[in-house]
Amino acid sequence: MTVATHTDIRPKLRIHTDLARRVLTGFIRDQIHKAGMTRAVIGLSGGIDSALSAYLAAEALGPANVLAVRMPYKTSSTDSLTDADAVIQTLGLQALTVNISGMADALIDQFPDMSNLRKGNIMARLRMTVLYDQSASWGGLVVGTSNKTEFLLGYSTIYGDSGVALQPIGDLYKTQVRELARALQVPDPIIAKPPSADLWVGQTDEGELGFTYEEVDQALYLLVDERYTAAEVVAEGFDRRFVEDVWRRVKINHYKRTMPNIAKLSARTIGHDFLYLRDYTGR
Amino acid sequence: MKITVGLAQIYPKIGDVKANLAKHLDFIAQADSVGVDLLIFPELSLTGYQVQDLLSEVAIRPTRDDDTFRALLDASQNMDIMFGFVHEDTRQRYYIGAAYVSRGEVLHIHHKVYLCTYTMFDEARFFDPGESIRAFDTRFGRVGMLICEDFWHVSPPYLLWMDGADLILMHSASPSRGLSAESAFSASHWVELVNQAYGSIFTSYIIHCNRVGYEDGKNFWGGSSVVNPDGDFLTHGHYLDETLIRQQIDLNQLHRTRSRLPLLRDERPDLVQRELLRILTKNEV
Repeated sequence: MTVATHTDIRPKLRIHTDLARRVLTGFIRDQIHKAGMTRAVIGLSGGIDSALSAYLAAEALGPANVLAVRMPYKTSSTDSLTDADAVIQTLGLQALTVNISGMADALIDQFPDMSNLRKGNIMARLRMTVLYDQSASWGGLVVGTSNKTEFLLGYSTIYGDSGVALQPIGDLYKTQVRELARALQVPDPIIAKPPSADLWVGQTDEGELGFTYEEVDQALYLLVDERYTAAEVVAEGFDRRFVEDVWRRVKINHYKRTMPNIAKLSARTIGHDFLYLRDYTGR
Repeated sequence: MKITVGLAQIYPKIGDVKANLAKHLDFIAQADSVGVDLLIFPELSLTGYQVQDLLSEVAIRPTRDDDTFRALLDASQNMDIMFGFVHEDTRQRYYIGAAYVSRGEVLHIHHKVYLCTYTMFDEARFFDPGESIRAFDTRFGRVGMLICEDFWHVSPPYLLWMDGADLILMHSASPSRGLSAESAFSASHWVELVNQAYGSIFTSYIIHCNRVGYEDGKNFWGGSSVVNPDGDFLTHGHYLDETLIRQQIDLNQLHRTRSRLPLLRDERPDLVQRELLRILTKNEV
């Protein structure tokens, strides 16, 4: 952990929650309507990111148009299920529980020495599979729940939690997610508990990352939003090793934030010079 | 003379000229029913903003031979209309165009001079820049048009002012950016500041229409506004929603403000020209 003797950047991370709420609910509605749909499918973990996303989706589309899917693994904490249920009940969402233990163990059991990281990635990708299956059967777009801090640090599973159709809260840092969640009256226990991917018993994000969200968000804000160099961030009083480690993490995980490269051969190539907005449907 | 200005703060559909024309005609009909004399649509209102490789599919030539253009000319019998389109010239060059039509005639076409090519913007990749900034005469007096980045530079409105424009019409596709604890995005704060400054220092009407809606995760903040020659907002703050804003303006305010504050009378364009020539000759820019 770093010692907080630096310039206080927290005031710059404050957001006008009504304005964010208006833009983000409009975004969800817009994306889903452009796809010719009216419904959303969302994985509800019991954590703050998915809870906030569900609140925004319910406000955007109406709770009857949001399917909340809980996907516990056998080691998932029971608090997660209870917290997710509180969101479902409060908002009146459509809900479904799909236990992923059987499908996950079918693979995990074939590799007795499998690491927690591998197991966690398998769970994340199976959850993506369940959500896309529900997308097809129920007729709704899969709403992502990743925040800006996770995106930048690469704290996500490629084709797992990153495999979604739209990302409403992807430009909000974790501390901003908390502020918006408070404004939308997401239940307090969800806001207060330590963030966790809940991929194994006792896992917490901040324990795994080695720093707090409050600390890293301030450094990321300067590096990314304000275009400070790492040296300039250090000059604001942040620990040099911390800043350099964070910036290195951002860079080495860039591949997770981009589409895979297509080897260019022809005169016009997808991903290179075949340029149309994703929103352009031709309809 | 008092006239009623309309700001058609619309959400154009990307790449769908037909749907956008229908929306233009709908807003024109609405504006007509409430007595609008001059109606302004946003930048690239017929095509959407990020047209990219749709360029050749959405471009038009601004003559009666083009069905879309003719429909808007025909719709300008009762009110003057400014709208945005992709202008293809006779040699396959594309411009971000703003047209001013009145009583079935084209009075002026402005090509965006300052193409926005940085951060999330990529205009110079697709468009040629305009080469002129001219005011023109209308039934409401002399008018000038600017497009988005054109008015982030101080020289285009200055040139229009010197060319006799008393009404400066500006339209844009300005995306929201810079969320903070403030109740508006920093992008809108800055544009509003500039509009008020131009109204004050040019003692002219500054009329701005910005689009709304979403394109690939970007949203556009709207906030269309009218600033009078005293630098006061007559209307502003209509953020994010598609809407028709109506505002009466009194053209006689121009002489009252300019009597109190004769900035136009005292302006020294000859001195500006001399000094600019000296600076350019010495390569000091």
